[in-house]
Amino acid sequence: MTTTTQQHTASDLFAQALRYENRADPYPYFAQLCRRPVVPEENGTWLVSGYHEISRLLRDPRVSADRRRPEEEQPIRKSLLVEDAPRHDQLRHQVTEQFVPRIMGLRDHIDGLVTGLLDAHTSQRPGQLDVVGDLAYPLPVTLICELLGVPREDEPVFGSIARRLTRGLDPVETQTEDELRELREARGELVQYLEGLIADRQAAPADDLLSGLMFGQGSDAPMDPIDLRVTLALLLIAGHETTVNLIANGTLALLRHPDLLARLRAEPDLVTPLVEEVLRYDPPVQMSGRSTLADIDLGGTTIPKGSRVRLLLAAGNRDPRRFSDPDRFLPDRPGNAHLGFGGGIHYCIGATLARTEAQVALTALARRLASPRLVAAPPPYRENAILRGPDRLLVSFDRLTPDPRSV
Amino acid sequence: MNASETPERIVVVGASLAGLRAAEALRDEGFTGELTLIGDEPHAPYDRPPLSKAVLSGWLTTDHTELPRVRDIAARWLLGTSATGLDLRARRVELADGRQVAYDRLLIATGTRARPWPQQQGGTLHGVHVLRTRDDADRLRTALAAGPGRVLVIGAGFTGGEVASVCRDLGLEVTVVHRGDAPLASALGGVVGRAATGWYRDAGVDLRLGTTVRALEGDARGRLRRALLSDGTVVEAEVALVAAGAMANTGWLAGFGLAADAHGVACDHTCRALADDGTPRADVFVAGDVARWPHPLYPGQLLRLDHWDNAVAQARTAAHNMTRPPHDHRAHRPLPAFWSNQFGVNLKCLGLPSLADQVVVTQGSLDEHRFVAAYGHRGRLIAAVAADSPRVLDGYASLIEAGAPFPPELNATDGPDRLLPLDAGFAHRPAPVPDRPTVPSIPPAPSLRSVPAGHE
Amino acid sequence: MTTDSPPEELRLVVDLNRCQSYGQCVYAAPTVFRFHGEEVLEYDYAPDPGIRREVERAAAACPVQAITLGRATEPAPLTTESAQ
Repeated sequence: MTTTTQQHTASDLFAQALRYENRADPYPYFAQLCRRPVVPEENGTWLVSGYHEISRLLRDPRVSADRRRPEEEQPIRKSLLVEDAPRHDQLRHQVTEQFVPRIMGLRDHIDGLVTGLLDAHTSQRPGQLDVVGDLAYPLPVTLICELLGVPREDEPVFGSIARRLTRGLDPVETQTEDELRELREARGELVQYLEGLIADRQAAPADDLLSGLMFGQGSDAPMDPIDLRVTLALLLIAGHETTVNLIANGTLALLRHPDLLARLRAEPDLVTPLVEEVLRYDPPVQMSGRSTLADIDLGGTTIPKGSRVRLLLAAGNRDPRRFSDPDRFLPDRPGNAHLGFGGGIHYCIGATLARTEAQVALTALARRLASPRLVAAPPPYRENAILRGPDRLLVSFDRLTPDPRSV
Repeated sequence: MNASETPERIVVVGASLAGLRAAEALRDEGFTGELTLIGDEPHAPYDRPPLSKAVLSGWLTTDHTELPRVRDIAARWLLGTSATGLDLRARRVELADGRQVAYDRLLIATGTRARPWPQQQGGTLHGVHVLRTRDDADRLRTALAAGPGRVLVIGAGFTGGEVASVCRDLGLEVTVVHRGDAPLASALGGVVGRAATGWYRDAGVDLRLGTTVRALEGDARGRLRRALLSDGTVVEAEVALVAAGAMANTGWLAGFGLAADAHGVACDHTCRALADDGTPRADVFVAGDVARWPHPLYPGQLLRLDHWDNAVAQARTAAHNMTRPPHDHRAHRPLPAFWSNQFGVNLKCLGLPSLADQVVVTQGSLDEHRFVAAYGHRGRLIAAVAADSPRVLDGYASLIEAGAPFPPELNATDGPDRLLPLDAGFAHRPAPVPDRPTVPSIPPAPSLRSVPAGHE
Repeated sequence: MTTDSPPEELRLVVDLNRCQSYGQCVYAAPTVFRFHGEEVLEYDYAPDPGIRREVERAAAACPVQAITLGRATEPAPLTTESAQ
């Protein structure tokens, strides 16, 4: 049984973890929450912070991905992210069939983009780089635009919409009426933008994912216009607001562990496990939501049917019952089955792309930045608590060398 | 040396998955003494599941099935020689080549072999195959690659289905003759079996249910030409695969004082072999397909699991216990888990469906390739089978382990509005000896079914 | 890491009970791992050592860490030494 005091404490701890003042380091609060891996908040939402408990709920047929608050309005059509089987499976199949062939063999292209972005700042003298604005943001945005078939020059429009919309993912308690209104406006703008785009492509098909989905070029039927718009919105926002954090959080980890930065320079293959450790230690997506379709017993605690559940992925990733030395950044960690990309049928569809982008970007930074140092510690963070990462990541360096491989 | 002392010489008989993993685990446990592995096959340890799939299809050659070595085990390998006897008092294993190997602790991991076709019914004909070893797979692959006019598969269990499926992928005509009413039915019951029937038929397999092979006949040169079936029909085929179950490799132990017979070597829950008077031996352990032991989830019988997962887990437990005093022994009580891939469908199974009295489809639908079926016994959930649904099974695992009520309350979004439990459709009483899933073998042969399950 | 000697042989095995067919290995090393149907994973236990990097990426990316990499050290096929 959970006592009232504990409920209070859990809600408090969660509120602390969400406070902007704690954005740079919410982990001490997650660690405290993790001591009670399954606990209800006063408002009836359950907080799940244990690795094994999260892992199980991600793969439990008694769990729905629909996490809407009862007072929220029904969307016209649910996206992959919150849709359940069997419709989820059909949508995901359609998207996977178009997405996967387009990201296979993309590493060299990504490498070229990274090289180009860093070349713009090449310097033989000391200088500064904003790793977010100069690399971590433009890289995934360029890629998702190319893949989807969204004009890169429209970035000012949808970039701003995406940023405003993701704020809406945060727990409602942290949002004001103004913010909620702005959210509705942003949503409206996005619908308008995407409908225009879809109409354009309808008239002039191209060799992109949008066209592929629209005309059903794979074994699946064409996607209907509403699903298409909802799916595009999801991929566009995910492409904008997640990988940026993976690259920035990885850079941050390297700057805080100069020994690893030096090792990465000498052993570029270290980047493979290192990116996995970033996904565990400082995941770009900190939590996910679910609801229960039946009573679920988790280690003696029963989450009643019909409950909303928050899966605190970032807390589970540092659960001492699963990971030894959970607060240490250890790329050599064996068996790192982190929750950074979720799990179960909703496992991140862009995981492969995000991994490749981060691997290429971090390797290039290690190779080309001489004596990089963090300018502000901690760096300023974005508002967002769920899709969490630095707003700017200023790094000062002695030199930013040309790519040694092309010299 | 006393059994409670630290062993200096450990001998592992059986150099396949369980033997190799046990050897590695022994070193992990800190054993620094002399370690000997004895295997009757001349090959380095390899994995058997791909033999009936990627090897037969031609994607992998058999030398591409070797298991990774995850640590240095500094072992003496005696391969290509089989164990032929055991002296429990002198603590010695006798080999076919006359050598003797002394031990302080012995691990028996000799696995199973394919049940052969009776010689007097055509078992010696050229073209009649079984599938258990690397060499079996090489021979069958060669025979399939030659493009026979028709392949006959005897037995529609896991291996039979996997081989029939590959044959169809290769464009070969296949007839499958199966004693039961549906493929896989002895392991998964009639309900899932009927779904499997659809997979066979959709793939274009000529499936003969409720039928047996009376005899295989050859030409003057001793090459297989046809099979005479119990319904009086004749199937012309140049290649036959006999997938009629597995037999424990225990012949070498007969008469040497252990509780070993064709069904396996009996051991206790800590993997200690039982002497023929039923008392556990402190110095002889058993792991893998050959072991039969009492599992607390399935009281009243000795369980033998021909499962990959079980071989690995039991090897680890045995290794731990072999190097520890009895008070530090661990019990082996895994939740059984196995898988099979056939007709493009990934089947994963938790628990032992064959013990169920009822079954209910909880997700998806049997008509499609994607579904989950939950199995109940006396109102408790005991097993689940997932077809092309590998990412939802964890939820079932915890329910099975907790002995949740059956039918389970799931309300899965891809489930039916109301759960309608059906008779599980096992032809006989629940099989005491479960079927082998992924590795060459198959439906528990009739003689295995009648095993007194230890002590029913 | 550079080395003058030929790349070391590698071997791998996938625990297909643990595997949930996320496909991350297929995307990372498509010549070693492949899907047959929607959810059926097949793989090569002895991939070309020249693509070790791809195989290591595949193993690292597995969400359930079902891939074990190891060496290919051969035991002698048949020892002739006599046992005591």
